[in-house]
Amino acid sequence: MAADVLLSVQGLTTVFDVGATPLVAVNDVSFDIRKGETLGLVGESGSGKSVTAYSLLRLVQPPGRIAGGRVVFQGRDLLTLPEKEMCGVRGAGIGLVFQEPMAALNPVMRVGRQIGESLVVHGLASSREARDRAIELLRAVKIVDPETRVDDYPHQLSGGMRQRVMLAVALACKPPLVIADEPTTALDVTVQAQILDLLREMKNTFDLSLLLITHDLGVIAEVADRVAVMYAGRIVEEGPVRTIFRAPAHPYTRGLLASIPHGRTGERLVAIDGVVPNLAHLPPGCAFAPRCASRLADCERAVPPEVRLADDHRARCVLHAATGAGADR
Amino acid sequence: MNAPLVEVRGLTKHFTRGGGLFQKGTVVKAVDGVSFSIDEGETFGLVGESGSGKSTTGRCMLRLVEPTSGEVRYAGEDVLAFSSSRMRAARRHMQMIFQDPYSSLNPRMKARDIVDEPLIIHKLGSKRERGDRVAELFRLVGLDPAHLDRYPHEFSGGQRQRIGLARALALEPKFIIADEPVSALDVSIQAQVVNLLMDLQERLQLTYLFIAHDLRLVRHICRRVAVMYLGRIVEMGDTEAIFANPAHPYTRALLSAIPVTDPDAPRQRIDLDPASVSRDAALVEVAPGHLAAVQ
Ligand SMILES: Nc1ncnc2c1ncn2[C@@H]1O[C@H](COP(=O)(O)OP(=O)(O)OP(=O)(O)O)[C@@H](O)[C@H]1O
Ligand SMILES: Nc1ncnc2c1ncn2[C@@H]1O[C@H](COP(=O)(O)OP(=O)(O)O)[C@@H](O)[C@H]1O
Ligand code: SF4
Ligand SMILES: [Mg+2]
Ligand SMILES: [Mg+2]
Repeated sequence: MAADVLLSVQGLTTVFDVGATPLVAVNDVSFDIRKGETLGLVGESGSGKSVTAYSLLRLVQPPGRIAGGRVVFQGRDLLTLPEKEMCGVRGAGIGLVFQEPMAALNPVMRVGRQIGESLVVHGLASSREARDRAIELLRAVKIVDPETRVDDYPHQLSGGMRQRVMLAVALACKPPLVIADEPTTALDVTVQAQILDLLREMKNTFDLSLLLITHDLGVIAEVADRVAVMYAGRIVEEGPVRTIFRAPAHPYTRGLLASIPHGRTGERLVAIDGVVPNLAHLPPGCAFAPRCASRLADCERAVPPEVRLADDHRARCVLHAATGAGADR
Repeated sequence: MNAPLVEVRGLTKHFTRGGGLFQKGTVVKAVDGVSFSIDEGETFGLVGESGSGKSTTGRCMLRLVEPTSGEVRYAGEDVLAFSSSRMRAARRHMQMIFQDPYSSLNPRMKARDIVDEPLIIHKLGSKRERGDRVAELFRLVGLDPAHLDRYPHEFSGGQRQRIGLARALALEPKFIIADEPVSALDVSIQAQVVNLLMDLQERLQLTYLFIAHDLRLVRHICRRVAVMYLGRIVEMGDTEAIFANPAHPYTRALLSAIPVTDPDAPRQRIDLDPASVSRDAALVEVAPGHLAAVQ
């Protein structure tokens, strides 16, 4: 493992014990995040992005369970850590920003206390200092008039302001890694743009690594250094953001790029036909095969191996099995 | 040329917020003198930031909230004068697809029954026909009919949004106010749904009021668009003309916020200086058919 790797996820597998055979929501997922780097995780809804995020923090609730893999963070495997130490990692080591700030914030607690609370819990500040730190953090996330807003309840804030507060909560203990699960999906474009600018700025001021989860490749292009594309529980392509946008290898990635609206009035959008597969009835080979225009006979026989196309670019598709440098595992 | 199917004139909705026994509430001018018209078969876009009054405009048009003043005409008839029973009947032709499907999905109903319910209420088809139609609607919105017997909580957020959409499409209405119908959907599925909305429009001569945040999408679907800011329309005209030559400072800020899908492209955000927006500026023609509230 390279020295500057902050988080190394290896063969992570998370299943849901529903029905006769467990549903594999996260299937042998591996990726690294280096210090100061932003990895974008993209995929359609149901592809397993959130379950991946929850698994990293061991927050998966039954009937879900982590069935295998390693999550090495700062040299320790989080999956074997005693729960007490894991509590220290949540918040202080890894901050989490959710899609729905309203569901994640406590509606009856002033935002200042919610921000300060984790500082107090992790023994990083006294209750008195916590309030001042909360004001500083609100200022850092560009909330106007933080001295007043610190005493607001979540419902008194707009959606964009709530998302800023969530970010302040996540940043409170200066964690080296922040996981942001669709942080801008619920926001309108102008606010989304402001939050993306803010994320970029926070990354620099706080020297953060970021796992940014989204279904919108437009968002990824603005913030990420590298991109991992997820489909039906697996990473199907991973590479530097430029490679993913300029030379996508996997037909699914190509489809995602093509479906971003970019044309003129009256033109039809380019959609990926078909539906996201039901995890309980995955096709035997490539899970994308039923929707793939480049499908070959081989595709439906076995799950395609992961092929390394360059040092920093891999894809799971038979189109590249012959051209690539061979499977890496 | 045909008369417009929908005409809105001087639509105004004021809400009183706060206030109590000894205190006067503040008046929120959610919609403040909004006028536009939509031709039959047209898609008219309504864009603007959160809280600018887009949803309230749509809700007033269907009288889901009663407007404070103004005029709404549908096929020449004065909608605001309809009796409540006449209004109920009219709502089958004028459907609204809601922004937030989470609260509109009954957690104790199976997906099948959620989509079936409007068909039952309006007595459309036998049980079998309805079953087929529900499965068809499910496929149309990108869901797997194998999941029809699941409950809302068993679907991911995006999948739940699609159930709400299937339900709204069930009655094949004539005029649809689509209030951010796809903003919670995946980009790839957005494209399917938007193509579907366009297909249905062609087949059934549907007329849409399309409320959206995503200007990339609006550009695809809407021939004309109105930009709302603080309850007023600040710019209106052909979508292409507005994209090419935005005249109002808010429109410029909005266009600059569109995510750039090129990792190497320079970001040039234009922040809106609220002081640059005059509340009183009236809409004037800045080019033929292109109106903007600028001095
Ligand atoms: N029932 C209500 N009571 C009081 N104020 C309201 C009510 N409904 C809406 N408003 C206010 O009216 C304004 C316009 O709201 P509206 O929901 O129409 O905005 P919108 O443009 O649809 O925003 P978004 O993009 O967030 O959906 C806002 O200031 C809102 O707080
Ligand atoms: N509590 C649960 N019970 C059963 N299946 C679940 C549960 N939570 C998630 N899943 C399944 O796991 C898969 C991945 O879900 P998720 O990670 O939420 O997707 P994403 O975040 O990519 O939209 C989906 O197919 C979903 O149906
Ligand atoms: S493996 Fe085959 S079906 Fe799967 S993405 Fe590649 S070409 Fe398409
Ligand atoms: Mg998710
Ligand atoms: Mg709205």
